[in-house]
Formats: sequence, C-alpha cells, structure tokens
Amino acid sequence: MKANNIFVRIIKDRVFKGAAVVFSVLSILPLLFILLYIVKNGIAVINWQFLTELPKPVGEIGGGIANALVGTGILILIACLFSIPLGVAAGIYLSEHRTGKLAYAVRLSAEVLHGIPSIVIGIIAYIWLVVPMGMFSALSGGIALGIMMLPVIVRTTEETLKLVPGTLKEAALALGVPYYKTILKVILPAGLSGVLTGILLSIARIAGETAPLLFTAFGSPFMDVNILKPVNSMPLLIFNYATSPYPEWHALAWGASFVLVVFVLTLNILAKVISRK
Amino acid sequence: MIQEKIFQNTLYISAFCVVALLIAIFCTLLHASFPAIKEFGMHFVYGKVWDPVSGEFGALPFLVGTLLTSFLALIISIPFSLAIAILLGEYLKKGVVATVLKSAVELLAGIPSIIYGFWGLFVLAPIVRNMEIQLGIIPYGVGILTASLILSIMIIPYSASIGREVIRLVPADLKEAALSLGATRFEMIKKVILPYARSGIFAGILLSLGRALGETMAVTMVIGNSNFLPKSLFSPANTMASVIANEFAEATETLYLASLVEIGLLLFVVTMIINIVGRYIIQKMSVET
Repeated sequence: MKANNIFVRIIKDRVFKGAAVVFSVLSILPLLFILLYIVKNGIAVINWQFLTELPKPVGEIGGGIANALVGTGILILIACLFSIPLGVAAGIYLSEHRTGKLAYAVRLSAEVLHGIPSIVIGIIAYIWLVVPMGMFSALSGGIALGIMMLPVIVRTTEETLKLVPGTLKEAALALGVPYYKTILKVILPAGLSGVLTGILLSIARIAGETAPLLFTAFGSPFMDVNILKPVNSMPLLIFNYATSPYPEWHALAWGASFVLVVFVLTLNILAKVISRK
Repeated sequence: MIQEKIFQNTLYISAFCVVALLIAIFCTLLHASFPAIKEFGMHFVYGKVWDPVSGEFGALPFLVGTLLTSFLALIISIPFSLAIAILLGEYLKKGVVATVLKSAVELLAGIPSIIYGFWGLFVLAPIVRNMEIQLGIIPYGVGILTASLILSIMIIPYSASIGREVIRLVPADLKEAALSLGATRFEMIKKVILPYARSGIFAGILLSLGRALGETMAVTMVIGNSNFLPKSLFSPANTMASVIANEFAEATETLYLASLVEIGLLLFVVTMIINIVGRYIIQKMSVET
C-alpha cells in the first residue's frame, strides 16, 4: 500500500461513518412521518363523543368508537386469562429445568409459535372455535390473541426467573420452606417486575393485531359484552373504516389510530420503566 | 406432600401444553387442508389460475407475490438496518443519541401493522401513483412496490436489533489488534467485524424475512388484491397472507376453504423453518463467543 494512500483511507473512513449516520437517520424518518400524520389527522376528531358514542351509519355526522374500545378490552382480557397462567407456569418450568428434553422442546415450540404469521393463528382459532360454535365470537378472537401472547410470556418469565440468584432459593429451601412455596413466595416475587414487563409487552404486541380477528371476533357495530357474540376492536374498526370509500369514516379511523398508537406506545414505555426498576 | 405434587404437575402440564399447542396447530392445518392437498397435489404450488367460481385453485400468483414483496423489502431494508446495527453496535455505544436512536427503532417495531397499512394507503400509495404517472405506466398506486416499501420500513427494526447484538459480540481484542496495526475504523469494520458477525447478521436478515413473509394487514391494504400473476413491480398482486385475509371469511365451499388453509399451512412451514434456522445460527454464535 502506498504511503499517500492514507488520505484516501481516511476519507473512506469518514464517508463510511457519514453514510451510516445518514442511512440510520433516513430509516427513522418514516417513524416521524407516521406519528406526525396520525397526530395531525387524529387529534382533530378526538373529543368526548368520539370516545363514548357508538358508530353511526354513513352520512350521519359524529359517531364514536366506544364499542371498539370495550371490544378491545374484552379481547385483551380473554387473551390474558388464557395466556398468563399457562405462560408463567411454563416459564417457571423452563427456569427450573434448564436442560432436558421437554424443556428443549418447549423452548423450540415457543420460538416457532412466536414466528407463526398472525393470519395463520386466525385460521386456527376459526377452525377450533368458530366452526364448532357456529358463529364468530369474542371468545375465539381472545383465544387467537392469547396464542400470540403465550410465547412472549413464556420467554420473558424464563429469562427473568433465571436471573434470580440461586442463593435465594437455597436459603428458602434450607429454612424448610416447601418447594412450591419457595417458587411462589420467593422466586416469583423476586422476578415479578420482569414477568410484568413481559405481560405488558405481549399486550402491546396483540393490542394492534388485526389479522387474527378478521374471521374470529369479526367486528360488530353494536356494543356487546357477550363473549359468545362478535365484537368490534380498535384495529378492526380502523381496517374497516380505512378501506371504506367515505371521507368521514377515514377521519374516524385516523382518530382511532391515534388512540391505538398512544395505547400501544404507552404500554411499551410502561414496560421499559418497570423493567428498569 | 399433596400440594407439592399438584404444583409440580401443574408446571409440567403447562410446559407440555406449549408443545402440544404447536403440534395441534400443525395437525389442524394439515387436516383442514387435506381436501385441497388430495385434489390438487403438487399442482397447487405451480397452478397459475385461482378461480373460486370454477373451483380451480393454483397458488402460484400468491407465492410469486409473497416472494417478490418480501425479497424486495429485504433488499431495500438491508442498507438501512445494517447502518443502524453498525452505528449502534460500534460507533455509538452509549450516550443520548444512541438512546434516542435505539428507542426510535423500538418504537418502529411497536407500531401496529394496521397503522402502517393505513398510512401506506393514504400517504405512500399516492406518492407511488404520482411516480407512476411520470413514468408513464398505469397508475395503480397500490401494488408490489408500495407493499415492499411499507414492508421494508416494518422489518428494519428486527434485523437492526439482531445485527447490533451480534456486532457487540465481536471480541474487543480482535478489534483492537486491527486498530493497533494501523487500520482505520472503516477497514476494521470491513475486515474484522463484518466477517466475524457475518452469520449473525445473516440470521437477523433471515428472521426479518420470516416477518415479511407472514405480514398481513399492511400488505393487504396496499398490494391491490389481484389474483393474477404480477406482470411488473408496479402491478397489483396478492400475497399468501393477504389472500387469506381477503377471502377466508367468504369461502364457504370445502375445497375453497381447504385451499386457503393450505396456503396458511405453507406459510406456517416456511416461517417455522426460517425461525428454527435463524435461531440456531444466533445460538451457535453466542455460544462460540
């Protein structure tokens, strides 16, 4: 290499660093555009009526998203009831049995479950619940979302509980505390913040999911708290309104997008705050 | 003690349930798509005609649509995610800028796909349409290109965060050795970090491909929903996920439904293989270092 090449090499170095900065900034720009656009279009339609009223037919002014808010709440609740006990218990099993065939299989299954496209989960919930029950229902939508939450909860529970010092467990066992009480009263509380973080992150993951609800929860223009009937949800409402030809519905969809983004991002930030503690 | 037994068994059964769930999902998909598998066999994969009315189902247009959008999205996203990974993994390890960039990438991953689709439909599609008018082609606005652009934004966070982690795994003494021999930082990155982290970066890209293949809502909203083989990058198409989203609720005949489920089964198998391979590479890499 010639000696005067050093300048070329330094310039190459600078150019590379500059390119890395430029490309990184460019990839953040869409985030800013999307957020700005949603805030700009969303805030205008948000008022008390928007949050508390039911949707109105096309042509009538006003109308709100109350049923979608309640529906999303119901779906998340069902998903949590299904996935949290199962996921936390499986997570505890993994942190207690670090090796072994079943533990290996569970880890692999959780990875694969995590990667299954959400639309496929929708098909499954349709075949398992909608077909036998003969109708679309909040229950089937909730279970579909629960299946999506499960792998996140399993993994975060396992990872947090592994971080709890082994001495803590040994101390409890040495004092004669039974094994199950050691786990429930010592290990689990010690890792509680991590488990909670996992639960919040998994809720954030499913709150905006639309694909598994298309043919399970299906959507409905009414306020319905019966879990055996179709319910509306925020993402479904956004999808239906956004793909409709009416400008006033588009405006409502922007408002709903704003509410949904705020909800999901709040959950993400909350999870971060809890995990720092 | 009886509680002890119950507790142990509960843990065992819960763990077993996770595995059983996966197996049950696979078996259900296989069972429900059986009529289509039996009727069409391999023809399903290369059949060009998807016509529910005449009962002919060939999934080739959707396979092509999925592969085109995913790989195009991957190609667009690689420079960006690599830049973020190198910047966060090597140049900016901590500090305010690094935290801001990292949180922004995380937020990008947190935004629901329906919002990307909505934004893509109302902001990106008109931009693409204007471009198409200037180029003098039929201005659909929606189509493979628009879907790929949206997808590429959506998958940047996945490959970027995995890339950052594997770049951090490169041992400091290797990097210092290169620097002390007089290499510039760029040369060190090119000759030490990238070769060392190559397999991990590849795994990150592979996992983001898995995301792109299965992404449904954003793609459904901007791809234009056409059941024919796409003629160019600008033409409307359908992906495997979007055709399920569009047609599943209205599929009443057994064969129609089974064909859609078979597409779901294909998606399931492909993403499963991608995930297992990707995780395996990453695991191997973190064990070695």
